[in-house]
Amino acid sequence: MVTLDARIPDGPINEKWESHRFNMRLVNPANKRRFTVIMIGSGLAGASGAASLAELGYNVKVFTYHDSPRRAHSIAAQGGINAAKNYQNDGDSVFRLFYDTIKGGDFRSREANVHRLAELSVNIIDQCVAQGVPFAREYGGLLDNRSFGGVQVSRTFYARGQTGQQLLLGAYSTLMRQVGLGTVELFPRQEMLDVVTVDGRAAGVVVRDLVTGEVSSHAAHAVVLATGGYGNVYYLSTNAKKSNATAAWRAHKRGALFANPCYTQIHPTCIPASDDFQSKLTLMSESLRNDGRIWVPKDPADTRPPNQIPEADRDYYLERMYPSFGNLVPRDVASRAAKRQVDQGRGVGPKRNGVYLDFAEAIQRLGRKEVEERYGNLFEMYDRITDEDPYETPMRIYPAIHYTMGGLWVDYNLMSSIPGVFVAGEANFSDHGANRLGASALMQGLADGYFILPYTVGDYLAGLLGQKAPGTDHPAFVEARKGVEEQTRRFLSIKGTKSPDHFHRELGKIMWEQAGMERSKAGLEQALRDIPALRADFDRDLRILGTGDSLNDSLEKAGRVADFFELGELLIRDALHREESCGGHLRIESQTEDGEAMRDDEHFSYVGAWEWTGDGQPQALHKEALTFENIHVAQRSYK
Amino acid sequence: MDLTLKVWRQDGPQARGRFETYPVQGISADMSFLEMLDIVNERLITEGVEPIQFEHDCREGICGSCGVMINGKAHGGHERTATCQLHMRTFKDGDTIVVEPWRAGAFPVIRDLVVNRSALDRIIEVGGFISVNTGSAPEANMLPIPKEVSDAAMDAAECIGCGACVAACPNGAAQLFTSAKLQHLNLLPQGQAERWQRTVAMVEKMEEYFGGCTNHGECQVACPKGISIDFISYMNRDFIKGKSLNRRLGGQGLAK
Ligand SMILES: Cc1cc2nc3c(=O)[nH]c(=O)nc-3n(C[C@H](O)[C@H](O)[C@H](O)COP(=O)(O)OP(=O)(O)OC[C@H]3O[C@@H](n4cnc5c(N)ncnc54)[C@H](O)[C@@H]3O)c2cc1C
Ligand code: SF4
Ligand code: FES
Repeated sequence: MVTLDARIPDGPINEKWESHRFNMRLVNPANKRRFTVIMIGSGLAGASGAASLAELGYNVKVFTYHDSPRRAHSIAAQGGINAAKNYQNDGDSVFRLFYDTIKGGDFRSREANVHRLAELSVNIIDQCVAQGVPFAREYGGLLDNRSFGGVQVSRTFYARGQTGQQLLLGAYSTLMRQVGLGTVELFPRQEMLDVVTVDGRAAGVVVRDLVTGEVSSHAAHAVVLATGGYGNVYYLSTNAKKSNATAAWRAHKRGALFANPCYTQIHPTCIPASDDFQSKLTLMSESLRNDGRIWVPKDPADTRPPNQIPEADRDYYLERMYPSFGNLVPRDVASRAAKRQVDQGRGVGPKRNGVYLDFAEAIQRLGRKEVEERYGNLFEMYDRITDEDPYETPMRIYPAIHYTMGGLWVDYNLMSSIPGVFVAGEANFSDHGANRLGASALMQGLADGYFILPYTVGDYLAGLLGQKAPGTDHPAFVEARKGVEEQTRRFLSIKGTKSPDHFHRELGKIMWEQAGMERSKAGLEQALRDIPALRADFDRDLRILGTGDSLNDSLEKAGRVADFFELGELLIRDALHREESCGGHLRIESQTEDGEAMRDDEHFSYVGAWEWTGDGQPQALHKEALTFENIHVAQRSYK
Repeated sequence: MDLTLKVWRQDGPQARGRFETYPVQGISADMSFLEMLDIVNERLITEGVEPIQFEHDCREGICGSCGVMINGKAHGGHERTATCQLHMRTFKDGDTIVVEPWRAGAFPVIRDLVVNRSALDRIIEVGGFISVNTGSAPEANMLPIPKEVSDAAMDAAECIGCGACVAACPNGAAQLFTSAKLQHLNLLPQGQAERWQRTVAMVEKMEEYFGGCTNHGECQVACPKGISIDFISYMNRDFIKGKSLNRRLGGQGLAK
């Protein structure tokens, strides 16, 4: 039986991290060399963590399924990264960032973690600038900021529309420096397929070489998973095509609890799907909502082109319903409002599946040049995809799955319920509660990697001094390796008729339908019948051609889709048990009279962490109660 | 629309490659090029033919994974467009499309359209960074950087590491990539301390793997991020300076 101890340090909120840093054990420089840490993933969290640990003197091995660490999904983040620098003198502070994040997360995250994140945010910007990250600047040469959905201060740092790219290239460059120095050993095109534990502790991993198919074992004193989120369980999402949950899921099956899987985020500003072959959805950065105005025609029968619809016949519904935040309401509020417009038949575009995001007023107010400066590359991207020019005609947008707040449960040290297995970045559940604020994922990934793991992993390793790590000839490694090889053999031997993509697409439809923006008991129960049926078909009728000993994209996908089935089912079960509306999702049975989400703090103010209990068995739920000592708990209101 | 696809198939690094022809019917103009390949692959699987291996991930032109020669042009030859950003509306009904992997000595084929571009990482690891350990950074706004300088650094930093410049170059040179990487850091005040050694190290590493530049300018045309060939002349200038400077002076006074 697992007990959930978040190990939150004592003391006032603003002194917890400081005193914890002092209390953590250190490893002396000569001993650091004796420890090996495995990092799975080279996104913001993985690259920054691996480089920082290597700088301290640990031996680090980095695995990624990409051909180069620089291609991790973090590269695609557009909008920006938050930090409580208060450069704009507009009332920002560490406490306000903390407050906004807790409130934005709808009171479903841990105060202590979030406060630490806000404290560290300022160091991240310093670190990145020193690495040469070319953040946007003002004419005086100082750093520029913009405001981002859900907050009223300007605290977002950005590099054109490519903030994630520039931050990742910064982290990647520090990582490659360590590779050059020989402190990090890099294993590209290697997919981790199992975590190995010995006596209940992390002992290493089993990986498969995607080019040769070779399965190998690697021993270490600690394993860090920085493997990103699971948004692709919905098939269509803004995530990179290869993003998947396999690493996290295999750790879950080895004993790591999975927390709040139903907390997924829907981003309000994506380009609506154009046909059934759509392979992914493209995000238009949220920053567009700073200057764009969202509207639909008042009359569902109005089919005039947008430019010919006079002001009087337009409904700027966000400005109308939420006068103080207007177009900048948080993502879930904006997403749900858009869905309702479309459901009421007021959707726009050829498939009537979007709402307008209009820049006409901004172009008039700021001039085309300024609008180009701010959003030029986003406009270009939109034009390229839709063949419509946003300078001339409003964009069409619609919500899409974007981010997953849920993830492997971790304590304050970012350690999972398996001692020695740490989880960083989007893969853990830690800081965003039931909803993430824009520009906070990059902040969290880098806080975890640069400033938290180097201390907390060290503290764990200090406790292992003098102990020899089990070698890869240990029976636990042999068993895990066999399991991985067996899985490959099984997929190749089914010899059915349908591709892994077919199953993934079908699974995605169920997930989006029943566990998207709005969820109901009946729908979720239906999903619990549909998913196992589809899974049975997968086991019977999957077709993987080729062999297991050369590059085989379908074989890789099959493993990921198999894990998505199990994770999808858990997500549904978590959503079913959480009979409240909170954060990113609305539970139909729990809303106010005017259709706003209704949280139920009396029954659900906890982290729901699920324990794997064996194949075919429902997971067991553990609850970590959430207490709020520094922020008054209130229902969110953006009216 | 209906098309004919001629695709390079190669079973492994050592295997002999060949072109295979696949007729492709019923493609929508709104599809992306990679979605078209997805459909071809789905059909191949149904027919019992192994699907075409190709590289992709973000599908929005930022990760640099994708990249194939389309009718002899890297990424298909449209301005500022990576393969994943190419839409089928740029082709005509009845077209024959020839798809090949990057062809360059430094990028050996792994399978079908997938090549090994890790030589680019080797260039970065010898100098494509500013040596600053975590925790030792000064307050960010201590160092004002003129907007023009920061913007120019960003222009260089936009490179996605796709390797199209190498594939497009008759010599298989990596000058555009390396110079973009260099100038991003060399332009910034933070990058000055290591400017000369960085330049020399990266250029020399580049020359170990890649061909030499004879000013064809094909790289700039192929680049999906519009990286300017001007960066190559800055790199050459810095390389010569880096070679001739007395490093013990840290380049002081000569850094202009
Ligand atoms: C389009 C888009 C725009 C966004 N914009 C913003 C923004 O403006 N601001 C913001 O704050 N956030 C933004 N986000 C969210 C943010 O980008 C991500 O949450 C964040 O980058 C995740 O970083 P990460 O390091 O946790 O994981 P990732 O960057 O996803 O990296 C995962 C790594 O793990 C590796 N990996 C995974 N599984 C395995 C395995 N089994 N074996 C080996 N390696 C494995 C991968 O190869 C990769 O290296 C955006 C997200 C999207 C989709
Ligand atoms: S310079 Fe351009 S073509 Fe070359 S790798 Fe960079 S983005 Fe690709
Ligand atoms: S798939 Fe990422 S750049 Fe094309």
